[in-house]
Amino acid sequence: MIIQTIMFYVLAVVTVGAGVMVIASRNPVHSVLFLILAFFNSAGLFVMMGAEFLAMILIIVYVGAVAVLFLFVVMMLNINFAELRAGFLQYLPIGGVIGIILLAELVLVFASGAIDIEVPTTVASPTPPADEITNTQALGDVLYTHYAYLFQGAGFILLIAMVGAIVLTHRRRADVRRQRITDQVARDPKATVQVTDIEPGAEGTWKSD
Amino acid sequence: MAEAGVWSTYFYPLFLTIGYILAIVVPLLLVLAFITYFERKVWAAIQLRKGPNVVGPFGLLQPVADGIKCLFKETIVPAGANRMLFVLAPMVTFSLGLIGWAVIPFDQHLVLADLNVGLLYLFAVSSLGVYGIIIAGWASNSKYAFLGALRSAAQMVSYEVSIGFVLVTVLLCVGSLNLNDIVEAQKGLWFFIPLFPMFVIYVVSALAETNRTPFDLPEAEGELVAGYQVEYSSMTWLLFMMGEYANIVLLSGLSVILFLGGWLPPFHVEPLMAVPGVVWFLLKTAVVVFFFTWTRATLPRYRYDQLMRLGWKVFLPASLAMVVIVAGALHAFDWLPR
Repeated sequence: MIIQTIMFYVLAVVTVGAGVMVIASRNPVHSVLFLILAFFNSAGLFVMMGAEFLAMILIIVYVGAVAVLFLFVVMMLNINFAELRAGFLQYLPIGGVIGIILLAELVLVFASGAIDIEVPTTVASPTPPADEITNTQALGDVLYTHYAYLFQGAGFILLIAMVGAIVLTHRRRADVRRQRITDQVARDPKATVQVTDIEPGAEGTWKSD
Repeated sequence: MAEAGVWSTYFYPLFLTIGYILAIVVPLLLVLAFITYFERKVWAAIQLRKGPNVVGPFGLLQPVADGIKCLFKETIVPAGANRMLFVLAPMVTFSLGLIGWAVIPFDQHLVLADLNVGLLYLFAVSSLGVYGIIIAGWASNSKYAFLGALRSAAQMVSYEVSIGFVLVTVLLCVGSLNLNDIVEAQKGLWFFIPLFPMFVIYVVSALAETNRTPFDLPEAEGELVAGYQVEYSSMTWLLFMMGEYANIVLLSGLSVILFLGGWLPPFHVEPLMAVPGVVWFLLKTAVVVFFFTWTRATLPRYRYDQLMRLGWKVFLPASLAMVVIVAGALHAFDWLPR
């Protein structure tokens, strides 16, 4: 048990430390790399809780796709971060006040026992015991059996958002020649290639049309 | 008795695991070294040349000579480079090439970590491969390296999508993410026969994912000198090459597990059954690696826009359609695994 405790604190401390470095480091690329470190350590925490499916999905989705896009944007855009930081002191009081209010609310909620931190057992699909089925199956059961329509609905909303983003940003340019591979493949050799039998030494047999 | 408890619960498994890891990594590194030799010999044979034949008998010591040469060269860090990330990038590539092997089953129970999300683990590892390249390109502070890294990132992200769908179809047919279960499910019929279109998509996407010809645009020596590797020398460069080859062998091994029946013999007849599963697994992987080498000697490089078109407009719709077809067929004929 002691090893698990040590591992938990190592992962947790690195997660929080990396999270702090995300906002503290001067170089935006370093910020994204610290964010990735934080994701990795959170995945480690998931594994320690026995949620290996969530851990893998966290790495595949966030580290493998989302953070790559972040890195792309941060590397490509020439953001002047000194300029962004210029108003730091100006915004510090109001930001601090909002932070303190949120913290106080959280403390109040947890201290008063208004929510039950234990896993709820009375809802439509209670968490099955971990030794009966793997948590991949348990999640699949919840998402695709009990809440299939809601899940599909969420998927449709995301699809519509994606299509909308493409429609809004896509512009069709008339001055670009695009390669149409189907047209090229469908071209009939008889219509485009002319085979002429030229007699050696003969003049004027070449016809261009 | 407390000390004995600590020994048997923590230290003994720890040393055992380290032993297992060494038993996988040391032969793997040797194989990686000799794959370079194998590859050059195969290209030489295809192009009617002799290939390396000077160092040692049949040139067999060529990889050793190459390794020593790289070891004794100077590691040059460019003046404008981000030193820390510049050195980190090849390490990332190399270690990602190695950690995937943790879940590969060489025989029925010959696997370091028998995860029940093994397939997702491998997918995660292969999706992280892009970081070594993109960090190298950025940290080098060179336009060629950066352009190569950007191309590579776009390419790997695009082809990962279709690899993901290929994995989903296999997963549907097996009903488990455990690699051992996936191999066991192919006892009757290897998956490359019923899922042949997905097998083709997987192999082509694996070529793109490992940045191999005909999709080696990140290197593209004609236009980008050597892409993301242009500023690297000596050991850092060697680590990139080793990581790349480790990834090639890993994805070949994964194709064997997913489609070619892993450690199963081709036919269930007696002399073939007597051969250990490891031999079958390694033999099949070697065949796939040979295929990778063969394509590199045969095919010209794709143009960048054609590469993106193939990924997004051909493979993505095709693999998505196959997911629907396979799922529908499994449901209609009641073949779904329980």
